[in-house]
Amino acid sequence: MFDFLDGYDVLGAFWMTVKLTAVSAVGALVWGTLLAAMRVSPVPLMRGFGTVYVNVVRNIPLTVIVLFSSLGLADIFGMTMGTKDFDIQGFRLAVLSLAAYTAAFVCEAIRSGINTVPLGQAEAARAIGLSFSQTLTLVVLPQAFRSVIGPLANVLIALTKNTTVAAAIGVAEAALLMKTMIENEAQTLLIGAVFAFGFVVLTLPTGLILGWLGKRLAVKR
Amino acid sequence: MSSVLYDTPGPRAKRRNVLFSVVFTVLLLLLLWWVWQKMDDKGQLDSALWKPFTTSEAWTTYLLPGLANTLKAAALAMVIALPLGAVFGIARLSDHRWVRGVAGTVVEFFRAIPVLLLMLFANEFYSRYTDVSSEDRPLYAVVTGLVLYNAAVLAEVVKAGILSLPKGQTEAAYAIGLRKGQTMSSILLPQAVTAMLPAIVSQLVVIVKDTALGGVMLNFPELLNSRGTLAANYANVIQSFIVVAIIYIALNFVLTSFASWLERYLRRSKRSTGAVLGVDKVDDLNAAAVGGSYGTGAGGGGI
Repeated sequence: MFDFLDGYDVLGAFWMTVKLTAVSAVGALVWGTLLAAMRVSPVPLMRGFGTVYVNVVRNIPLTVIVLFSSLGLADIFGMTMGTKDFDIQGFRLAVLSLAAYTAAFVCEAIRSGINTVPLGQAEAARAIGLSFSQTLTLVVLPQAFRSVIGPLANVLIALTKNTTVAAAIGVAEAALLMKTMIENEAQTLLIGAVFAFGFVVLTLPTGLILGWLGKRLAVKR
Repeated sequence: MSSVLYDTPGPRAKRRNVLFSVVFTVLLLLLLWWVWQKMDDKGQLDSALWKPFTTSEAWTTYLLPGLANTLKAAALAMVIALPLGAVFGIARLSDHRWVRGVAGTVVEFFRAIPVLLLMLFANEFYSRYTDVSSEDRPLYAVVTGLVLYNAAVLAEVVKAGILSLPKGQTEAAYAIGLRKGQTMSSILLPQAVTAMLPAIVSQLVVIVKDTALGGVMLNFPELLNSRGTLAANYANVIQSFIVVAIIYIALNFVLTSFASWLERYLRRSKRSTGAVLGVDKVDDLNAAAVGGSYGTGAGGGGI
């Protein structure tokens, strides 16, 4: 029944999806945290930059960003991402776009977490003489992170689904393989079911595990 | 100062802030200058490349028809998905376990799957099993994909909207002798819809953004796809991307602003007894996690 799978590297395609998700998630987390720090900083210019970045990036379709990285950055500006291999370049461009896009959502999640930290915490930190960056990194952010594991899990799940957009620039991940397979094989329904199942397997445990972790680690107040 | 993280700046902090501002400005300007130089190097600043956008031809032949298709697909998807979502949302709250179970499974399933897979599948399905003409097929496939996904998300919105109403509403309806169906259709749903409006409007942003997938993967002639045709004609890849991005940003910014205005308006006017479902709910709902959303959500837009 499943012999149509022969000759296709389904697991390899899903492994690519996982790799895209993991690497972009790290990038998005770092850049998103920096953006969140900018958005709450005392320097108006940084706040402005953060706000503009988040609002602009959030309103552009991810497809536009991914396609621009390939047709604009790579083809026109000759951005090779440090490699001559076309496949690796596609992967790195996809990661760059996914991280830049997802960072806007990470930033918003972390900012909402910062808002859940009670006023007294920051006031106490300032009272013992901590500077803004100390208050943020030693007192506020550690508490904020623990309260936003749930929302961050949601961002991660959305990112997993968004990696399919990388198919638009030819990264050999799950969506691209599914496109090839349903065009060449007769079992449209079964192939659809296999790939749907793959994504359910990827997203379901993420939601369950991180949801449980979020409840456990949340600072009880 | 509004933030809790820092005091109202004194003389030293003021000086430091100015210093940071200057450093940040310099860095930002350096970055902009570098981008400008790069653009100049590659001859991307030639006015000839920007010129097409000042003529009406580029707009009437490429961009506006593309935008019209984007809006058409988004509107169709919304109009079909909303009633479907309402049905599934209500079914999830059914008294019968098997109705609840089936609706819940369907909703969680379609939320867990990327829209692109749904679109690709629908496209192939239509080409094999139906006689939809190959011209119409991309539109059908895009709308089908969007409907399946967004009906599932909207079902969650409807469910949350109905659950946000106080229990007394149902009890009062039963007390005056209404049946279950009547209670839902004349008491709960109208109030829930009001509470849900901001979340529904901001879900539109997600739909508009997702139409772009159909342009690249299914050759549906929407805005992003018309950009390709335009760039092939005028050889202005970068410029066309910038213009198209600005159109998307403007369109979605209007939708986001309208949603948050609506949220504030509904909060003030107290039209409904339920809590108004905020725009920020949408991010959580667009992630498929069992058990729905957790606590605080990220700010509007949707992913």
